[in-house]
Amino acid sequence: MTATKVYVPRETSAVSVGADEVAVAIAREAKQSGTSIELIRNGSWGATWLEPLVEVEVDGARIAYGNVSEEDVPAMFAAGLLEGGEHKRRLGPIMEVGYLIRQDRWTCWRCGLIDPLSLQDFRLHQGFNALEKAFAEGPDAVLDSVTESGLRGRGGAGFPTGIKWRTVAETDADQKYIACNADEGDSGTFSDRMLMEGDPLGLIESMAIAGYAVGASKGYIYLRSEYPLTYAILTRALETARDSGWLGDNIQGSGFDFDIELHLGAGSYVCGEETAMLESLEGKKGIVRYKPPLPAHEGLFGKPTVVNNVITLASVPNIVNLGGERYAGMGVNRSKGTLAFQLAGNIKRGGLVEKSFGVTLRELIDDWGGGTASGRPVKAVQVGGPLGAYIPAAQLDTPLDYEAFVDIGAMIGHGGIVVFDDTADMAQQARFAMEFCAIESCGKCTPCRIGSTRGVEVIDRMIAGEKREENYDLLVELCDTMEDASLCAMGGMTPYPVRSVLKHFAEDFASSGGDR
Amino acid sequence: MSDDIVNIEVDGEAVEARRGQMLIEVTDAVGAYVPRFCYHDKLSVAANCRMCLVEVEKVPKPMPACATPVGEGMKVFTKSPKAIAAQKATMEFLLINHPLDCPICDQGGECELQDLAIGYGRDVSRYNDGKRVVKDKDIGPLVSTDMTRCIHCTRCVRFGEEITGKPQLGTTDRGENMKIGTYVEQSVDHELSANIIDLCPVGALNNKPYRYSARAWEMAQHATVSPHDCVGSNLYAHVLRGTVKRIVPRANESINESWIADRDRYSYEAIYSGDRLMRPRVKENGAWRDVDWEGALAQAADVLKSADQDKVALIATPAVTVEEGHLLSQIADHLGTANIDHRVGRRDVSDQDNDPMYPSLGCSIAEIEQHDAILVAGSNVRAEAPIIAHRLRKAAVAGAAISFANSSVYEYLFDVANYLSGAGLVELLAGVAVAAADGNSLPDSVTELCDGVTASGAHKDVARSLAEADRAIVLLGNIAGRHASYTAVRALAAAIAELTGASFGGLSEGPNSAGACLAGVLPHRAQGGENRVTAGLDVASMLAQAMDAVVLVNVEPDADIHAATDAVARLAEQAFVVALTPFVSDALLEAADLLLPTGTFAETSGTYVNVEGTWQSFSGVASAVGEARPTWKVLRVLGNLVDAPGFDYVTSVDVRDEFVARLGEISTSNAYEASGRIAKVNGADAPANDIDIPLYSVDALVRRATALQLTDEAQRARAVSDG
Repeated sequence: MTATKVYVPRETSAVSVGADEVAVAIAREAKQSGTSIELIRNGSWGATWLEPLVEVEVDGARIAYGNVSEEDVPAMFAAGLLEGGEHKRRLGPIMEVGYLIRQDRWTCWRCGLIDPLSLQDFRLHQGFNALEKAFAEGPDAVLDSVTESGLRGRGGAGFPTGIKWRTVAETDADQKYIACNADEGDSGTFSDRMLMEGDPLGLIESMAIAGYAVGASKGYIYLRSEYPLTYAILTRALETARDSGWLGDNIQGSGFDFDIELHLGAGSYVCGEETAMLESLEGKKGIVRYKPPLPAHEGLFGKPTVVNNVITLASVPNIVNLGGERYAGMGVNRSKGTLAFQLAGNIKRGGLVEKSFGVTLRELIDDWGGGTASGRPVKAVQVGGPLGAYIPAAQLDTPLDYEAFVDIGAMIGHGGIVVFDDTADMAQQARFAMEFCAIESCGKCTPCRIGSTRGVEVIDRMIAGEKREENYDLLVELCDTMEDASLCAMGGMTPYPVRSVLKHFAEDFASSGGDR
Repeated sequence: MSDDIVNIEVDGEAVEARRGQMLIEVTDAVGAYVPRFCYHDKLSVAANCRMCLVEVEKVPKPMPACATPVGEGMKVFTKSPKAIAAQKATMEFLLINHPLDCPICDQGGECELQDLAIGYGRDVSRYNDGKRVVKDKDIGPLVSTDMTRCIHCTRCVRFGEEITGKPQLGTTDRGENMKIGTYVEQSVDHELSANIIDLCPVGALNNKPYRYSARAWEMAQHATVSPHDCVGSNLYAHVLRGTVKRIVPRANESINESWIADRDRYSYEAIYSGDRLMRPRVKENGAWRDVDWEGALAQAADVLKSADQDKVALIATPAVTVEEGHLLSQIADHLGTANIDHRVGRRDVSDQDNDPMYPSLGCSIAEIEQHDAILVAGSNVRAEAPIIAHRLRKAAVAGAAISFANSSVYEYLFDVANYLSGAGLVELLAGVAVAAADGNSLPDSVTELCDGVTASGAHKDVARSLAEADRAIVLLGNIAGRHASYTAVRALAAAIAELTGASFGGLSEGPNSAGACLAGVLPHRAQGGENRVTAGLDVASMLAQAMDAVVLVNVEPDADIHAATDAVARLAEQAFVVALTPFVSDALLEAADLLLPTGTFAETSGTYVNVEGTWQSFSGVASAVGEARPTWKVLRVLGNLVDAPGFDYVTSVDVRDEFVARLGEISTSNAYEASGRIAKVNGADAPANDIDIPLYSVDALVRRATALQLTDEAQRARAVSDG
């Protein structure tokens, strides 16, 4: 009799709610009952609200059990877990879980599905097919597909990836680099982590494709230090890829050399800004560079460099496999394809939802998220990290579309969606935005360095009711200066959330304190 | 129209600009001033202060002029309401944290922040919360810090990274906690480090010895020239009621750009040293007593007049001015002696007849940067001429292959192509010469020197880099000039240059070796380079023989004379030694019989000819200390008293003009032709025999500049010499 496959995620959000203990308990129970199981530590499907999500393969179908705790395991075994037996935790076949099946899984489709560290499993699920196809069709075909797909940078700025790649490809240099930005520092974001933990070989393949397309032989993954498990998983995946000839010299006899170095950050938000990240990769202090020159011309160590976010890169293999046109067929307007949105904050069913652009905030929050965790009405939603605007409930029908968001003074950024209910003190949230910038500013340019610290003080005075109108005007001017004069987007965008509070929730300043 | 030219509009005026040029260069060129703090034309663009924001048509946000490349058709507005508003907004931010302690800040009155605050600041701040405060750093004896005043422009950081190559200052922490400091608690001690004082746009980095001693607006600014090395860096002395309070750079792109060495900046302290000789003194029966000038000069004249003409010796240093040299040389002629020399550091004069008319670099100082390959031999160049070292570094950074041949290894803050060391200079150069000949015949002069020498890979690399370069030069330094077998060193270096097609030159000692040679302060050549019929004695020979009268012109025998050993004892044995000197020292008290107080470079007028042949005249900038008199005036009166003809000059300009009128055509040729085959040098080439003078020991002024002597560099040198 073959061993029954049992899947327990080894992914940070699952592990943080006891997945490791559940895995140990399952192994123990199996041993005690003398049954043979194959315990697979997969990635997360993204339904974090169901973690730890255990699956048992029965007759080719994977039966899911949600929110399993260590204590549940003996009873689940007693209830016939290995045969997909009925239990209060049983959700049914994973492919029938509504949260998952209504998504458009283009980029994260292997997350949860496969054993992230099994080359065999990866290959069974189309792994490296795109790289092989790229080798067969040549770099130009890759560049054409990516351009045609309309893929835009998922790190926040939304720059067309095809144009960036072609610029690097056409810049003459003895050495070029691929720098993968995995410094996922925005609040409420975790899609990079889920992808790297759930499909690390997919990222490796993506980077190799990028390297092949632009003529780079070396890649770097700049990983934030807060992701130790990701570091361990990526390290093993890189070893696996090297050992099997999918990284290194002359990959699979293609004549193409490519290797990847994993670099751990040191806990600075601004190192997610591409030029600061390059400085940090070079071993320097993570401070922003001015542009031009663009990294595509003079990037890492002064060489042409593709700097892309994890999700941007990971979207490419399917674009190569299925064609850019197919990707461009999803989404709306100039926002093509899908984005791995992340539901967080005060939300009942948090997790990753990969969906085509055009879906509205309300659909994501209600249909997937199930509303707030507190059950109270939504007051505001912050999209795109700590520098994103607070969107009032009245604008929840805005479609997720880069340009539509710009129109309401907001941004999609990395697709993190943080929900606040009506008890949130938005004046304090405005203060938080400034304080975040004050703590994380690299300190290089005057507006961001000084404006953020002084901005906190001005907001404090407003909250305290001190000359509120005068300080209101001062805060607006301070925001103008930061927005207009800052060297990078950190200082330039900190005013967004502040202004959104001034615009939509000004009354919170009064309720937060009292007139003196 | 060239592709490299773009047409833009600045404040409505059509302007041509070079493609890729940053806007601020263009606005500066047309005189449309844009305020700035972090931008500096000698440093890379940082774009961090955000003061230079201007309006660019069709761009929604104001753009930093320092980091915005020009583009065809660009319309720029430097003074539009939008530009001014952006500039004022940045200024308001900067002034939130700045302490505004201008009344107690040395920068007050010459502060970029203060100046721009007048144009762009508000009279009352809208931000009344506590200001940021930063603890001061101790970064050494030269530069004081008030880091609370810092506006984080990072000019000082970039200076270390880009200009000196020794990044001693950097930023630590982030956000509002970001601060400038040393990485580990170290002093800032590169030989050009104090230029950060001038770069700092606020009062964060200031002149430590000068601290709180004057206000910028009450001092008079006088141009002068550095007396410490063969470069002749251009200086301004800032003088308060006759006293030099500080020295700052005077920009001269072809010589020192906008930098000066720290010793140029701080040596003025020696003017007011406790060692100054305040009035003439005479030694009688071993005891010293003060005398008046009249009596002292009369005694000096009597001694000279009564001396046997072959037994008069006149010894100066390469710091002698052209004017002083002209007078001294004429006095020697009048007294009928050729025992006159300024080459106190040169040990080997055997080949002096083949010297060029005056020592020169072989190219202009600025042209150093245009070479593709340079071999520097026998030189601690960062100590000998910091500005030359800086030019070499610029050449290296631009891609030139700079090689060194020194028996000792000195630190250079750039990628050195090859560093030959571990042997005597003759041995090292012979290897390169053999490599350069590459099997072909060597110049006859060096065949014996190269006999049996084989070239190593490194020798060949050096020779190849010189031979393959479009423009190459071989430079000899001061250690070479003091080498016990300079003849062999020079012949080999010249041979290498000849064989590789490189030019040939060198660094000379002191500020005016060239002028002293032209003025005839040489035993074998008269003024203008004419060979004397009968050569007089060189420094070592003068000291070795019994003289009736010796005149020392600003010579410190214990520290300046390397041509002979035991100079102090030998002088003490002489019948009568007259010393013209700004300083009194134990050595002079032992060696001399009559001390005449002379002025330092700051108290006299004169002319130096630097190593590229540039004549630079300067006026006295400070009041005389004590009864000191300018050397040229002392010599002028002494000339009268010994009845030298034509000594009726009123000013030093009269002296110079007469000299220039008499001077015929000056040959700038460095071509070297040996008189014959040069013999093996044997023991004279031992590395231990090299004479290297530390950075802060080069002359009497530097040796007495308190702040310089407190530097780690000076203390290290003392520790070595104290053994």
